[in-house]
Amino acid sequence: MDNAMTIPSQPDLRVALGPLALANPVMTASGTFGYAAEFANLVRLNRLGGVVVKGISLEPRAGNPPPRIFETAAGMLNAIGLENVGVKRFISDKMPHLRTCGCRIVVNILGDSIDDYAALAGHLSAVAGIDALEVNISCPNVKKGGVAFGTAPEMAAAVTRAVKQETDLPVIVKLSPNVTDIVVMARAVAESGADALSLINTLIGMGIDARTRRPRLANVIGGLSGPAIKPVALRMVWQVASAVSIPIIGIGGIGTAEDAIEFLLAGATAVQVGTANFYNPGATEQIIDGIADYLRQQGESSVQAIIGGLRLGA
Amino acid sequence: MPEHQEKSIVLSIERLSPSVYRLTLHAPLIAGEARPGQFAMVACGSTLDPLLRRPISIHQCSGDGRLQLVVKVVGRGTQLLSEIRAGQTLDLLGPLGRGFRLSPGPVALIGGGIGIAPLLFLAQSLMQTGQADASCRVLLGAQSGEDLAPLAAGFETLGCHVELATDDGSLGRHGLITDLLPAHLPNLGKVYVCGPHPMMAAVAALCASAQVDCEVSLEAHMACGLGACLGCAAPGADGRYKHVCKHGPVFKAEEMAWTTR
Ligand SMILES: Cc1cc2nc3c(=O)[nH]c(=O)nc-3n(C[C@H](O)[C@H](O)[C@H](O)COP(=O)(O)OP(=O)(O)OC[C@H]3O[C@@H](n4cnc5c(N)ncnc54)[C@H](O)[C@@H]3O)c2cc1C
Ligand SMILES: Cc1cc2nc3c(=O)[nH]c(=O)nc-3n(C[C@H](O)[C@H](O)[C@H](O)COP(=O)(O)O)c2cc1C
Ligand code: FES
Repeated sequence: MDNAMTIPSQPDLRVALGPLALANPVMTASGTFGYAAEFANLVRLNRLGGVVVKGISLEPRAGNPPPRIFETAAGMLNAIGLENVGVKRFISDKMPHLRTCGCRIVVNILGDSIDDYAALAGHLSAVAGIDALEVNISCPNVKKGGVAFGTAPEMAAAVTRAVKQETDLPVIVKLSPNVTDIVVMARAVAESGADALSLINTLIGMGIDARTRRPRLANVIGGLSGPAIKPVALRMVWQVASAVSIPIIGIGGIGTAEDAIEFLLAGATAVQVGTANFYNPGATEQIIDGIADYLRQQGESSVQAIIGGLRLGA
Repeated sequence: MPEHQEKSIVLSIERLSPSVYRLTLHAPLIAGEARPGQFAMVACGSTLDPLLRRPISIHQCSGDGRLQLVVKVVGRGTQLLSEIRAGQTLDLLGPLGRGFRLSPGPVALIGGGIGIAPLLFLAQSLMQTGQADASCRVLLGAQSGEDLAPLAAGFETLGCHVELATDDGSLGRHGLITDLLPAHLPNLGKVYVCGPHPMMAAVAALCASAQVDCEVSLEAHMACGLGACLGCAAPGADGRYKHVCKHGPVFKAEEMAWTTR
């Protein structure tokens, strides 16, 4: 009779981040996958839902002095200092390869001022092969005494509006977790027209060498990432998903399919894999396969069916 | 020259001195392509702590897919590596980075401590390709004879001229290996050096004043080894940061800034 039911087929992994359709929900996180070429021999890039490139600024940035990284318990601190080639060289040197990846290309942007963000959005809108912008608002607003855009709702909203005005590309705003109430930030950004939210960026931390009594990072403080931050990220994704209606990309300590599925259940439509690319370059492909396996085991025909599927109560 | 993520098989592990171990692995993909001075990112444990891979130089490769690493135990990751046993697997990412540029003519290889490890592969390549001959000088130093002797083995049988120095005088000359370099410099076309940073800075300075080419193999804390995280920055002579995993780990000495540290 109904024997079509008995053979589980390949589940449908497609998701949509507002106007941005992805072949599957697994993307790479900014700053952990370079400009994709770095992983071209290790990962089949065309299998990825998307690649988010290292943050780009208007002018090249040299970055911080070394040491820039320090390993912590199940995590790492980084103070790269947003080193990048600048938007001009990004377009001329990095985009040609990115166009050949066969997956969605999201360009992460950063600036010192609202004008910087707007100018970047303008520049990049005219470039073929870019599918969306991701706005890193965890950067200091130089004109406002160095307070991070992402820690004041009105500044986050202003950046979002400025970027939206300059581009027709889908705009993802990447939230900083270093705030008292992530929901306030998420609402401010969503109400200003963001197409999607991504969270979380790194948690600010620090390391000290007791023997030398010196900081572990030349910059003294840096961003904590990796498995250590997953519970915090998961909590924030769940809180934000419960409060806003635009799609969410979950980020933070994801290294396995199970990790990714937890974020989807908490309400994320897609995920980004960051630090795991360093310790396991094959992580992204393994996560894609693992999500498909999970859906088959759970008897689900599409990944959409589990998004926000967290069961609460008895 | 593609990188591979390869699950190698541990063929043997030998203790060379109280804190130094030699791992012989079956890793045909990486062994087949590695060049002297390149390294692998080694997954030391099987859990999330320690999280990151450790950069370890390729010590030797053979045509039959064998690859050797020499590891000095200095912390948790290298301790775990020293506890691995034959038959187990070891997840490697490699070969990575830019190695030594081999050039013909009279050369010296200078190594300090565990920095000697990558030089054997270099000496083999130089001798086997005929780019170096018995005039090849190998100057090696370490804290004590116990540390130095196992690392220094193998160079003489290749036909190199080996000179040793130890900090405590228990093997070879009592003092710094760099003290032996000036006597040779007038006859050298190129110097390759790997060891503690102050030693490399001293060799770079000596070579610069004698106008002899010098290549150095640098260390940096690394997360990816692939040029993606930008964590491994080292200051270049042009005022810009170089990435040790990608632009290096071997650099021309004049490319780098040697002022501080
Ligand atoms: C290109 C390159 C080649 C190397 N080749 C060898 C080799 O052949 N044999 C060998 O024994 N060692 C080698 N090293 C050094 C080796 O990587 C470190 O000793 C090792 O990472 C220490 O890890 P740990 O967990 O034992 O020490 P811990 O001090 O506990 O490590 C803590 C963190 O600091 C990093 N770290 C500590 N010391 C160093 C260092 N000197 N260089 C880079 N990162 C460091 C670790 O990777 C880790 O992330 C090499 C380093 C580089 C960069
Ligand atoms: C080395 C490194 C560099 C990063 N650079 C950026 C960046 O340029 N822009 C950005 O928005 N996030 C950056 N991030 C943050 C990551 O994209 C991600 O939000 C964070 O690491 C948490 O995810 P994870 O735990 O999976 O790594 C960086 C993270 C790391 C570890
Ligand atoms: S270690 Fe990641 S860029 Fe060099």
